[in-house]
Amino acid sequence: MSNASATNGNAQVSVKKKSQIADTWKRLCRNKTAMLGLVIVILLVLIALLSPVVFDYDTEIIKTDYSNTLQWPSAEHPFGTDELGRDILKRTMYATTISLSIGVVTVIVALTLGLVLGASAGYFGGKTDMVIMRIMDIFLAIPGTLLAICIVASLGNSIPNLVIAQAIASTPTFARVVRGAVLTVRGADYVEAARAIGAKDATIIFHDVLPNSLAPIIVQTTLQVASVILSIAGLSFLGLGIPAPTPEWGAMLSAARSYIRDYSYMCMFPGCAIMITILALNLLGDGLRDALDPRLR
Amino acid sequence: MSENVKKEKDLTAEIKDLVVEFRTDYGTVQALNGMEIEIERGQTLGLVGETGAGKTTTGLSLLRLIPDPPGVIVSGSIKLDGKDILQMDEKEMQKLRGKAVAMIFQDPMTSLDPVMTVEDQIAEVIRLHEEGSKQDHLKRAREMLELVGIPGTRGSEYPHQFSGGMKQRVVIAMALACNPELLIADEPTTALDVTIQAQVLEMMKGLRDKYNTSMLMITHDLGIVAEICDKVSVVYAGRVIEHGTLEDIFENTRHPYTEGLFNSLPNLEDRQAQLKPIKGLMPDPSNLPKGCAFCPRCDYAMEICKTEKPKRVYRNETHYVECHLYNKDNIQEGKVGKR
Repeated sequence: MSNASATNGNAQVSVKKKSQIADTWKRLCRNKTAMLGLVIVILLVLIALLSPVVFDYDTEIIKTDYSNTLQWPSAEHPFGTDELGRDILKRTMYATTISLSIGVVTVIVALTLGLVLGASAGYFGGKTDMVIMRIMDIFLAIPGTLLAICIVASLGNSIPNLVIAQAIASTPTFARVVRGAVLTVRGADYVEAARAIGAKDATIIFHDVLPNSLAPIIVQTTLQVASVILSIAGLSFLGLGIPAPTPEWGAMLSAARSYIRDYSYMCMFPGCAIMITILALNLLGDGLRDALDPRLR
Repeated sequence: MSENVKKEKDLTAEIKDLVVEFRTDYGTVQALNGMEIEIERGQTLGLVGETGAGKTTTGLSLLRLIPDPPGVIVSGSIKLDGKDILQMDEKEMQKLRGKAVAMIFQDPMTSLDPVMTVEDQIAEVIRLHEEGSKQDHLKRAREMLELVGIPGTRGSEYPHQFSGGMKQRVVIAMALACNPELLIADEPTTALDVTIQAQVLEMMKGLRDKYNTSMLMITHDLGIVAEICDKVSVVYAGRVIEHGTLEDIFENTRHPYTEGLFNSLPNLEDRQAQLKPIKGLMPDPSNLPKGCAFCPRCDYAMEICKTEKPKRVYRNETHYVECHLYNKDNIQEGKVGKR
């Protein structure tokens, strides 16, 4: 009897495990604006994944064509062409790959650092907390863009340097969010109970504390991707971001700036791309926050 | 009785003269003032007292889990199986927790991790202390669930899918998973309703007898004590003020505080009788009276009670009381009112 029920139960494990995620998903589906954000994000991800496959970087993205400069949008060039005769639609699409991947990689780096630092600070408290959080405070006191400019200026502007600069600037935010989440969970009875069964600190942090503090971390991650993409566009606009021929929204805007009077379409499309991306990520982030908040369940 | 000579006793746990303080910015709280308990193998000791008497602190100290800071163990010894746990390092303690000593917490609603399935939580205890594959541990976890009367198939569910009584069963299954020598039950039924209380108690009793587990039952419910305990220690302001067998305490009550506890219970036979609660509140543990801690609330208080701590007086080998009312000569006759 118990044998039969045990095997029966094994089959159920995978189904039941999803229940919490399924719950969150259901609530997210009910939120129309969040779904809009999600759809756009999925579209952007598809564009980001497909652009490098569909377009040939050397001939279609960066190759100049002086016979074709500054064309207004037409059937052949739906977004028009820029001052060097490159197709703006293709460049805008290709830039999605660059912006999204930099955004995601940066946030992964910052999240990892923030998780380790924030979780240790929140869980161990006392001096550890004090030292880690004061260092984070120092970083928070420096304006993120300024910090990024300093790092890029001293290390040179390349994509890895940009990632480093943005990751350093974003880490304190994550550390704070993680620490706050961990602090609320740390005092819970089940953490005490875990200690009473002889669990080590690392086990408690990874099995009990972090899974229970995921909600705010997920939300922060989504929102931070948006903020990093915006920062990179800003840096590129200032000429401190992605180096020249690589298509990047901020850099494209910067180039279009001098033609804004006569060829306004040039800055409109990359500008819209930035706006839509940020909006979609923020809508999704806010929706996730609502869906994950246990008080709204 | 052979219990005359202390050394012959087979003690699972022994706390001697334990002083624990909580040092906060607002003053030092004296949680335990010379706490003393002994639990013999296979026996159950009831720890009875009001809220704030230091019962839970005593339980936590057996696991050395008193929150530090602010908690500080000032002096005394805590021995498990004859080994002083205050001398152990944190690694040794981790091996002990859950294996040799397990604790059932007061509130089953919050002592289970909401994002882990219950079988995973039980399996985790086993994984921490025993060898074997993940499948073995899960299988054991399900057996434990069956043992406490929950179908093993429900192991893959999350705590919020269980009722309060079921959750407490899960917690008990977790505590017993590694077959501990000592089980600390910190008011295990307080959060449950009465019918479930009886079921859970009955089950704990059965499992205790089956595995010959020693138990420390922390409670303020004298009914539970009568039901499940072999011996009782009445705690007041971090100190045992009366200790004895069930019979000693229930039939030969000596301390005015113990008497007060009994008088606070409603009497079913005489429904006209008024409840006689103990007047006043526990003394402020950061500012305990100089003499007997119970003195300000005691109906029998004398001058000496205000200035001098009472010494321990034995009525027989098992029963002692700390009260100025008694000395060697008059301990046999009870002085406190008849119920």
